[in-house]
Amino acid sequence: MTSLFLLQLLNRVQLGVLLFLIAAGLTLVFGIMDFVNLAHGVIYMVGAYLVVMFAGMTGSYGLGLLLTLPATLAIGLVLEALIFRRLYDRPHLDQVLATFGLVMVVTELVKIIWGQSPLSILPPDALSGSVPLVGALRYPVFRLVVIAAGLAVAVGLWLVITRTRIGMRLRAGASNRAMVGALGVDIGRLFTVIFAFGAMLAGFAGAMVAPILSVDPGMGESVLILAFVVIVIGGIGSVKGAFAGALLVGIVDTLGRSFGPIILRAVMEPSAAAQTGRVLAPMLVYVLMAAILAARPQGLFGARP
Amino acid sequence: MTRWLMRRRVAAWLIFGGFAALPLIAAMTGDPYLVVVATRILAFAMAALALDLILGYGGMVSFGHAAYLGIGAYAVAILSRAGITDLGAHLGAAVVAGSAFALVTGAISLRTRGIYFIMITLAFAQMAYFFFVSLSAYGGDDGVTLAARSTVLGQDWLADDRVLYYAALAMLLGLYLLCVAITGSRFGRVLTGARENPLRMQAVGFTPFRFQLTAFVISGAMTAIAGVILANQASYVSPAYMNWHRSGELVVMVVLGGIGNLLGAIAGATLALLLEEWLALFTEHWRLIFGALLILVVLFSRDGLTGLFRGRAK
Repeated sequence: MTSLFLLQLLNRVQLGVLLFLIAAGLTLVFGIMDFVNLAHGVIYMVGAYLVVMFAGMTGSYGLGLLLTLPATLAIGLVLEALIFRRLYDRPHLDQVLATFGLVMVVTELVKIIWGQSPLSILPPDALSGSVPLVGALRYPVFRLVVIAAGLAVAVGLWLVITRTRIGMRLRAGASNRAMVGALGVDIGRLFTVIFAFGAMLAGFAGAMVAPILSVDPGMGESVLILAFVVIVIGGIGSVKGAFAGALLVGIVDTLGRSFGPIILRAVMEPSAAAQTGRVLAPMLVYVLMAAILAARPQGLFGARP
Repeated sequence: MTRWLMRRRVAAWLIFGGFAALPLIAAMTGDPYLVVVATRILAFAMAALALDLILGYGGMVSFGHAAYLGIGAYAVAILSRAGITDLGAHLGAAVVAGSAFALVTGAISLRTRGIYFIMITLAFAQMAYFFFVSLSAYGGDDGVTLAARSTVLGQDWLADDRVLYYAALAMLLGLYLLCVAITGSRFGRVLTGARENPLRMQAVGFTPFRFQLTAFVISGAMTAIAGVILANQASYVSPAYMNWHRSGELVVMVVLGGIGNLLGAIAGATLALLLEEWLALFTEHWRLIFGALLILVVLFSRDGLTGLFRGRAK
């Protein structure tokens, strides 16, 4: 029971960290630019495909990852210049539609280039082993690396946001965009930087999970919507909120899936409990979101309702 | 204003007249597939109409309306499995289930606005999607094939594609007239007022929340009706009806036709589905072209198709 719990906890933290990497970029774009970006999930997907491709070319996952980061950064820059920049002062509806169109285009392009069937990639040899946890239970090293990398990025982001000039502008932009512009900060350039940086974080997340999950054209969608839930829970524009929300969603999701049926078994037949648990578990995250919204419509760390 | 109303009446006659004449054209050209496609168009037109009611008039951008399509479709599947095949019962169950889901999720979603509202409606639709995906009794991800279409008075009239088509057309007409009545009424004016300036509406003595929630529930129920038609047309029900891409397509239809004038939603649904069918003739990657067109339309035209026409008239 304890070992199962530990294993589940690690898996959950891993999902949480992954969600944080995606939600961090998204929440900055939402909070500071007041911009709805449905295309964030496809950048995560492209990151995973790119690492598979680059690793295939160079023969090394590490090199592939190093190439993927500037590539997704460049994709972010190009998309911002071509499409997003023209939409900042448009209604949310226009933003939703244009980015939805972009989702269609990128997903189809990925299908054309890499095909429909899932790809996979092995973790690098040095990280392919596993370490003992409790007793006979072992945990893959690479998954621990994913968790560590995610936490490192979280710490790095926190340092950038609280300790640097660009971070100061970010925080100022999140609370009052017009005032920051009036004070002489080039808001357009700030937007470009945030956007490209968010794209790179999503690409990084995609590249990190490529050896764990199957790389397929649908991988961005479920994660995108979970990232929305994370942002809504944490509060739009708050990186701290994104971190708390991501861990919360990760934990609740796993607990529901692994322990829901066990708890239900106390009140109903085992087979019915397993069945009900399977149906209810995926909904738990959304119930959590609804509960938090009912108590705090602006999210846990959000400033604006 | 009166001239605009006149023009809308003429446009309505043209659209519904065109739809009514379509099976005759299909019979003349000997292309029965046309009626099948047109039934799908009618179902999506209903859903787009419902979405336009809250999006165009209420300013609520729901990005989760596909959930109601799925709820309506599953109402048919679940009742049929239980041996109840009557269309009236299917519609009733769809309306009740759709209203209930809209009431609960709407009450929570409407505590927020703007970006939050878009994301939360999307998240709730996804919740419904996962619910039906894990509902293994009804096929889970694969869905279920319906044994037969809904019955009317115990008769299987709807088995004929053309009868189903005209039933769908009658429902669309009914829902359209309902929407015209709603938007023209005091209720509709309060709804529009709440979109423009909720604070002022509150000062005048209305509670915007109640009006918005009522409109949201009506819209959800209408979309569930569209789901009943869709399930009957395909004789097949699966969670794919509630995929978030479907929700996106519904928003696209409304905006493509021009928001806030009801007929635009019907025109937009027709145009989007025809474009889809047409592009699919050339390539399986039609989404690439569709998506690119969508981006271009958003970047270069503001009010969709009716906006283009209106611009020319000026």
